[in-house]
Amino acid sequence: MTVALETTNLVKQFGGLTATDNVSIQFEAGARHALIGPNGAGKTTLINLLTGMLKPTSGRIILNGVDITDASPQRRVRLGMVRTFQINQLFPDLTPLETVGLAISERRGDGADFWRVAGTKPGLNQEIADILDRFRLADVMNAKTSILPYGKQRLLEIAVAIACKPKVLLLDEPAAGVPDEERHEILSSIAALPKDVTVVLIEHDMDIVFAFSERISVLVNGGVFTEGPAAEVARDPRVKAVYLGESLDA
Amino acid sequence: MTEPTPTAKLAAQGILARARWHPLEFVFWIAAFSAIWLLPNKHLILTEIAWLALFALSLDLILGYAGILSLGHAAFFGVGSYAAALLAKHGIITEPVLALVAAGLIAAVVGFATSFLMLRGADLTRLMVSLGVALVLRELANKFSDLTGGADGLQGVTMEPILGRFRFDMFGHNGFAYCLIVLFVLFLAARRLMASPFGLALLSVKGNPLRARAIGINVDARLVTIYTIAAFYAGVAGGLLAQTTAFSSLDVFSFDRSADLLLVLIIGGTGYLYGGLIGAVIFKVMQDYLAVLTPQYWPFWIGLVLVVLVMVGRDRMLRWTEPVRTLANRLDWRAKGQGQAS
Amino acid sequence: MLTILFDGIAYGMLLFVLACGLSVTLGLMNLVNLAHGAFAMAGGYVLVILVNNLGVPFWVSIICAFFVSAAIGFVMEKAFYVHVYRKPHLDQVLFTIGLVFMSVAAADFAMGSSQVFARIPQALQGQIHVFGIGMGRYRLLIIAICGALALGLQYVLVYTRFGSRLRAAVDDQRVARGLGINVGNIFALTFAFGSGLAGLGGALGTEILGLDPTFPLKYMIYFLIVVTVGGTSSITGPFLASLLLGIADVAGKYYVPKLGAFVIYTIMIVVLIWRPQGLFARAANK
Repeated sequence: MTVALETTNLVKQFGGLTATDNVSIQFEAGARHALIGPNGAGKTTLINLLTGMLKPTSGRIILNGVDITDASPQRRVRLGMVRTFQINQLFPDLTPLETVGLAISERRGDGADFWRVAGTKPGLNQEIADILDRFRLADVMNAKTSILPYGKQRLLEIAVAIACKPKVLLLDEPAAGVPDEERHEILSSIAALPKDVTVVLIEHDMDIVFAFSERISVLVNGGVFTEGPAAEVARDPRVKAVYLGESLDA
Repeated sequence: MTEPTPTAKLAAQGILARARWHPLEFVFWIAAFSAIWLLPNKHLILTEIAWLALFALSLDLILGYAGILSLGHAAFFGVGSYAAALLAKHGIITEPVLALVAAGLIAAVVGFATSFLMLRGADLTRLMVSLGVALVLRELANKFSDLTGGADGLQGVTMEPILGRFRFDMFGHNGFAYCLIVLFVLFLAARRLMASPFGLALLSVKGNPLRARAIGINVDARLVTIYTIAAFYAGVAGGLLAQTTAFSSLDVFSFDRSADLLLVLIIGGTGYLYGGLIGAVIFKVMQDYLAVLTPQYWPFWIGLVLVVLVMVGRDRMLRWTEPVRTLANRLDWRAKGQGQAS
Repeated sequence: MLTILFDGIAYGMLLFVLACGLSVTLGLMNLVNLAHGAFAMAGGYVLVILVNNLGVPFWVSIICAFFVSAAIGFVMEKAFYVHVYRKPHLDQVLFTIGLVFMSVAAADFAMGSSQVFARIPQALQGQIHVFGIGMGRYRLLIIAICGALALGLQYVLVYTRFGSRLRAAVDDQRVARGLGINVGNIFALTFAFGSGLAGLGGALGTEILGLDPTFPLKYMIYFLIVVTVGGTSSITGPFLASLLLGIADVAGKYYVPKLGAFVIYTIMIVVLIWRPQGLFARAANK
């Protein structure tokens, strides 16, 4: 098995607070890997470190054999690691069509093209259309993102990431706050991702976690508490104690 | 190649929406150009409107499209103005069009160099840095008075005819046509620019720099580029002022000029390219009227307009531009409807 | 040499009193108030009118300048500023530039465009010599008043109930409201106090800075430098920045008059790039 993404002894401190505590974790190529843990366990901080939104205090991050610890966020995207956000981070003035088109243009390296009118490159429109169809955004493709209903925005949030054709996709609570009918669309679109894409999922909803993931890492207080195949972790009484119990009660 | 799917056909249409010309735009430009023949005795003020419009368009590129708040945009206007005046005075480039391009390029170089200062920090930092750059340039122009004429301004500039044929006449006839053509050409370029992937990327950076980075956009590079382009535009605007008046003085760098410019753009509305143009017309007409009434207290009225604009709310005040935008949208929808039916 | 240092300190102290209100509104309320100088100008004109035209004693007039500016500040806050706290910075900039332009034109209309001076009492004129250093009495007075104010402010902000309420209101408005703190009033009072200090500074400064209708524009950049260089997280930052700016400006004008304000603007840009949070700010993770 090849390792797609790996951290070694990753530490992030904010002043006196250690948000990420010596995390060494490996995500295998094509894995369906979930990161779980109680609130404040440092899951989102870890994602921010992986994607370059934060700089680690110490430790290394390796993506497909390349040390990206000091790489800029956009370089990591070009190297194939893309994330979604727990809270929608979209472009209010653009339409879904333009948003997806922009992501694809950037990926193809046309993003700095300031003379050709957007959308005149061959094959681009078909690719945009396929993604819009897949995420049921075709009917609202020309509406401004800022006026879309929440569920559609959530779909767009993930569609943009997919448009970047990631090799490693980090999903930060993709189904958070989504009404049931649209939740299904999101989950099926994630399930339909190509097998060679490594997917890292942060999720609170245990149904989703167990339906989706083969492997689970449990984070507690910034460190890796335990890790293993999904079924094993699910049976682990200590995990129940620190996390599952709490969330099942809720 | 397989046949594109229905969604792809719609996407192909929709993504061109920003590039598509709206009928009102033709009306606007036909009206503007017909002023060459219809308003011959207004050409002097129309000339001022034309270069002010270009200057405001330049600010719109960075404020309306990239979200950079600047209080020192006069810096580039000033550089362009002095450059154009000096090139003519010392006979370096005597042909105005070439000199204008050179003035724009010099301003662009200054813009590029200072753009890196604008990348860091929040609104206030950017505001202070832009203001500081304009002030530093003004001080420089003041100190190197041998070159710039200092506080007296740069006098004794004579302009050669445009393209060697059209002389700057005292009624401003040729000057206006010249400014309008320059404005139109640069407007077309800006329009094209904003319909490109680059333009979309800018809007995305303005809307959400965090996500822009997360889809692989090099945010800093985009901002540097647009800041440089905007400096070029501002430099050309300043060059037009110097060429049409055969004069340049320290007040091209002044804070008032940058502040007035914000007002011009805000009256017309940001982020759709015509705001600066429309704002320039309103501003100059207002100035012409009020300045005659009370020349000394003209700033009071500018101030009042600014205060009222903010208090009432820019969105609400600018609702009059909405019909233009909604009409554009509606036409789009109709086009889409037909696309779906066929 | 030492006289220049002395003049610089006096100038810096004055700048501090003028600008510290701005530091509070910017740092605590996140308001970009470019019109701060207008309140200072108001204080200056109050002094001039009272002393020159009405013959009110200098001391009384100085205090009046504080209260008049504070009152104007209070009214303006309640009537206008309160609506722009939550607006984007662009709106704040537009709005406050608008106020600057209006105040400049209005002062021109009411007081004429020429520079005016207040008559200062005989006792404050001239110099005294200590250890061979010539010190203007008036400047000595400024240092004394402004120094006392700086200490007082520090005390109020850090040790008093009002100070802690203000800090609470700023840290989290919702929580502060929940604790029964009247956030609106706290902000209005703070704004008024800052304006009053500006008015006081403007009144004290007529002798040194000069007073004419363009005052708010001319000194806007200086106030902003104090605040941005000093940072807004404490009173000490702007205080040190004011002293530095005051000394640098006086020394610069004396030693390298040709370079003029160039040095100061350049330093400002460098500092902003180097430490966007301000030179004396704590390494805040805001």
